[in-house]
Amino acid sequence: MLYIKCPYCGLRAQKEFSYGGDATVKRPNINEEVSSEDWDNFVYMRKSPRGKHIELWQHIAGCRQWIKVQRDTATHEIFQTAKVTEEIR
Amino acid sequence: MQKYSVFSLIKNAFSNHQNWEVAWKDPTPKSEYDVVIIGGGGHGLATAYYLAKEHNIRNVAIIEKGWIGGGNVGRNTTIIRSNFMYDANARFNEFGMDLWRNLSQELNFNVMFSPRGIINLAHSDAQMNAYARRGNSMRLNGIDANLLDRDDVKKLIPMADFSDEVRFPIFGGLMQPSAGTARHDAVAWGYARQADDMGVDIIQHCEVTGFDVVNGKIKGIRTSRGDIKAKKVGLCVAGSTNILAEKLNMTLPIETHVLQACVSEPVKPLLDGVVTFGAGHFYISQSDKGEMVMGGDLDGYNSYAQRGNLPTIQHVLTGGLALFPFLSRLKMLRTWGGIMDMSMDGSPIIDKTHIEGLYLNCGWCYGGFKSTPVSGWTFAHTIAQDQVHELNSELRLNRFSSGHLLDEKGLGTKTWIG
Repeated sequence: MLYIKCPYCGLRAQKEFSYGGDATVKRPNINEEVSSEDWDNFVYMRKSPRGKHIELWQHIAGCRQWIKVQRDTATHEIFQTAKVTEEIR
Repeated sequence: MQKYSVFSLIKNAFSNHQNWEVAWKDPTPKSEYDVVIIGGGGHGLATAYYLAKEHNIRNVAIIEKGWIGGGNVGRNTTIIRSNFMYDANARFNEFGMDLWRNLSQELNFNVMFSPRGIINLAHSDAQMNAYARRGNSMRLNGIDANLLDRDDVKKLIPMADFSDEVRFPIFGGLMQPSAGTARHDAVAWGYARQADDMGVDIIQHCEVTGFDVVNGKIKGIRTSRGDIKAKKVGLCVAGSTNILAEKLNMTLPIETHVLQACVSEPVKPLLDGVVTFGAGHFYISQSDKGEMVMGGDLDGYNSYAQRGNLPTIQHVLTGGLALFPFLSRLKMLRTWGGIMDMSMDGSPIIDKTHIEGLYLNCGWCYGGFKSTPVSGWTFAHTIAQDQVHELNSELRLNRFSSGHLLDEKGLGTKTWIG
């Protein structure tokens, strides 16, 4: 079981959360010309690194907020969590 | 090569089975090969075998970081099927079914292919309609498919919960009678032994650390056991695809996730064939040893750990118990995990790349084992002829940008959602 520190609720069990994927993927800006390649990169292309990965989780059975989590994809160690509006460095 | 038969078994019995030939050698890597296949799993071994057999390319090396049979080819739940709706997937896997049927004879190795059928259960009228549609699509592609009603299912799996109190009553199901299981280790060993016999070097415990690419053309690879020149290189590394792609500055429509499976203690023959639960993600079959082999959802987050967490096992088996209450009386023997190359539409990729001489075989998601022979067959063709075969002409990398997706399950890009 992973234990994820929700920035709003504190340390909670993984079962309360739902995964939302890579948090570093940026949606192309609205109302601007988007090339096919940019759209392709946003929708389909993923780095999926082995090691540190910044990802989105939703505290679905808690405060229902989306949060960012920095986690190791090989050891499952969680280094940092942050509000979705904050940056993880 | 020593042929395996009842006569060779008797002959070797006289020497207490001490004089069997090694099944494959342990060569030191040469400095140059015509083709290097990275990844000694089922698909890599099959690719090397068909390169030698179908295309007479024998100066081939398989580079494996671990050992033969240690990755997903030894970790899957051994299910073989071709019950796909889309033409591209159906034709591809039905060609594979033909290869499976003769595989034991062809490899002179009993892969224990046992076509006892697969039943996908339906738990609503809507699901029955969807299965009728899928069954019709399968039949149009020459694949056997039978729509079962509740009584038909009850005859085949009477031990399932048919009581009135269940949350998801069984309405019926879709059956592919020609689907089944095989012994996964034997598939790896059989391909390895034949490939080795035809001159393929199987190099184990050798990690690829980099690639030599000059002017957009592959020249060779760098490994933990020295540099190896190669005219052509095939990537066939399942869950490790993104790690090698990063070394090539490539980004792919692939995410790596961990999938768990588990087996119970062995019991007497109980379940014939494979059964999948339609109201949750759970599938089950019984091995020849009598263990109930079970699997289901991914853990649901990016992972390169070849092990998972208990909440997922608990979730999967909750579905299992809803379908087969008798499972609550069995002890769990073991659980394990393997890392899956989840593509963004749930279908595989077998294609050339923008680098000349570099070929890609990935995106197998949950279902790589069943496609082992046909994956090797088409990948060998793609490498040898430098062009895709008709069978993998729709399994290309550019289908994502062009919009010709093969999203069999209709899950969109989040194929890791259960």
